[in-house]
Amino acid sequence: MAVLGVVVETTDRAALQQLARQELPRLYALARRLAGDEAEDLVQEALVRACRAFDGLADHQAGPRWLRVILANVWRDRLRARGRRPSELLVDEEERFSLYDTLVEEDPLPYSDTLHVDFLGAFSEEDVHLVLQRLPDHERAPLVLRYVEGFDATEVAAMLALPVGTVHSQLHRGRQRFERELWRYAEESGLLAATSDHEGRAAGDAGAGGRPDGAPAPAGLGRGSS
Amino acid sequence: MTAPITCRAAVQRLWGYLDHELEPRDQSALDEHLAFCLRCCGELAFARELRRLLRTRTSVSLPGDAQARLEAVIDGLEVGDVAARHDE
Repeated sequence: MAVLGVVVETTDRAALQQLARQELPRLYALARRLAGDEAEDLVQEALVRACRAFDGLADHQAGPRWLRVILANVWRDRLRARGRRPSELLVDEEERFSLYDTLVEEDPLPYSDTLHVDFLGAFSEEDVHLVLQRLPDHERAPLVLRYVEGFDATEVAAMLALPVGTVHSQLHRGRQRFERELWRYAEESGLLAATSDHEGRAAGDAGAGGRPDGAPAPAGLGRGSS
Repeated sequence: MTAPITCRAAVQRLWGYLDHELEPRDQSALDEHLAFCLRCCGELAFARELRRLLRTRTSVSLPGDAQARLEAVIDGLEVGDVAARHDE
């Protein structure tokens, strides 16, 4: 039995190590979205916890998802340990904020025929990451798990040990805050000025509505659609 | 025919609509609102783009030094309660 035990353990260890290596980039990406600068430490703790629970993983095909769930659980436990309360209500101004309307009213890209798409197109991956980091932890986690990682609301609720209704509320607030922070970030970082200037020059070079890179403008969200 | 809803109520339901998470009655009300409200159709298209932004423009790369440290952690992993099983 002892010999068999050693064989099983060695096989398990190798399987877990293979799974962890294979999933490391994705696991780190999730940790970075959830926890920002704490990402590496979060992954470490998730790996250690995965180690303890690996015997309970019946279907190794489910390993990648299982690891992500463990990481989300570790993050949930850290937030609880810090005593962060689930979300306060948004102040009325934020609740009423509409990025769609703000873009129409402020018209930050006057040369654009597809204002809303071009506004979002100005954000690099790093920009989007930095905007997400501006959200409170308890609003960012459901948003990341639902819309970046693709878990459904019921799964997110189970991972964060919250009622589904609470997850829906947090998702609503998270989306509102995400829109608001996209706008704030664009204003504060000078993103709009740079994009507007770039588009203006391109319009001067190629005629109104042309893209800086000469590619056709994306369709579907111009002001004409509102 | 369901009770008409305001633009504000419609906008609050757009992500649920895209996520296929609305109750049938809410979905019908929104469908009827979108049939005549071009502004909310624009909001719907924008919400769709925002979802796409979250899904596609959030890749994160693993820095080399962090990868090396984490792989060292992986190398040191021991599965389960190994000691306990040896004791048996």
